[in-house]
Amino acid sequence: MLNIVNKSATERNSIESCLRMAAKGTAVLLIEDAVYAVTKGSEGAEKVQAAMADLKIYALGPDLEARGMAGRVLDGVNVVDYGGFVDLVTEHNTCQSWL
Amino acid sequence: MKIGIMVSEGPYNHQASDTAYLFARAAIEKGHSVPRVFFYHDGVNNSTKLTQPPQDDRNVVNRWSKLAEDHGVDLVVCVAAGMRRGITDDILAPGFRISGLGQLVEAGIQCDRLVTFGD
Amino acid sequence: MSDMMDDMEGGEGVVKKFMFVNRKAPHGTVYALEGLEVVLISAAFDQDVSMVFTDDGVYELIKGMNTKGIEVKDFSKTYRALEGYDIEKLYVEKASMDVRGLSEDDLIVDVTVLDSAEMANLMAEQDVVISF
Repeated sequence: MLNIVNKSATERNSIESCLRMAAKGTAVLLIEDAVYAVTKGSEGAEKVQAAMADLKIYALGPDLEARGMAGRVLDGVNVVDYGGFVDLVTEHNTCQSWL
Repeated sequence: MKIGIMVSEGPYNHQASDTAYLFARAAIEKGHSVPRVFFYHDGVNNSTKLTQPPQDDRNVVNRWSKLAEDHGVDLVVCVAAGMRRGITDDILAPGFRISGLGQLVEAGIQCDRLVTFGD
Repeated sequence: MSDMMDDMEGGEGVVKKFMFVNRKAPHGTVYALEGLEVVLISAAFDQDVSMVFTDDGVYELIKGMNTKGIEVKDFSKTYRALEGYDIEKLYVEKASMDVRGLSEDDLIVDVTVLDSAEMANLMAEQDVVISF
């Protein structure tokens, strides 16, 4: 399962809900405003950091760059481009968008 | 691999349509096929040829039309959601067609993956 | 119809596990209503359909709605009709109910209450997940 989240952790509960209901060993890809949650020192990053033991965390690079956040990414987060996003979708049997 | 896409938000207000387009283009570049993009909720607003963004902005609607023309992507606008929002055959941009919700379920059945982009 | 669509034909007889995920409250946005319309259509395709309600999505199932005053369609009774479409697998997440002070008695239909880990397992075994 690839979980896809696109909302900021400080605006909506999508990331929190996703992390709560994501099965162990599954992947979480943060895109659009959700990428703020992998930036060092943010409230969202604390939740993401805590979840890293059980989940693989990815973030969409172009969204980080567009928001001026590319240099602040938490260690252990895998940054991917759109091609990497496609690979994640094809490598996992299903994907779920946490709208 | 066949990857179906659902777009649930209109252009310009949300990034959903941009992300969906860039994802679709990347999938095609990697040799996958995107047989269908289904536009639902306010996503139906991606289909109107009346869209006129400023010249220095991207044209979201034309971009979808070109993807359909170049790669045979079936751009389906939900009839019920479209009628609610004034989207009719007369104002459809090239490559789009109006059809029922069954086309979304069918894409889920027939594609290897279905990816949703929304709010 | 494009050539690529022709490629998609031949899926007759395929039964996939479809899950429709509802995380949004009714009325404030259209997602709950239009989401329900997809679920009803999906019944015609003989797939293995389940519906999940988490977060504010659990508010979609509250008993006793009266939408006259806001002049929008009251679709909450449609959830009761799902059984007639053979859509009987309705799941809610316990944590979502708890933080909203809700119990099963508050809901208009019979549901299966799952804890977060059980919900995770249910989601992980799906073939197609459509979120509204």
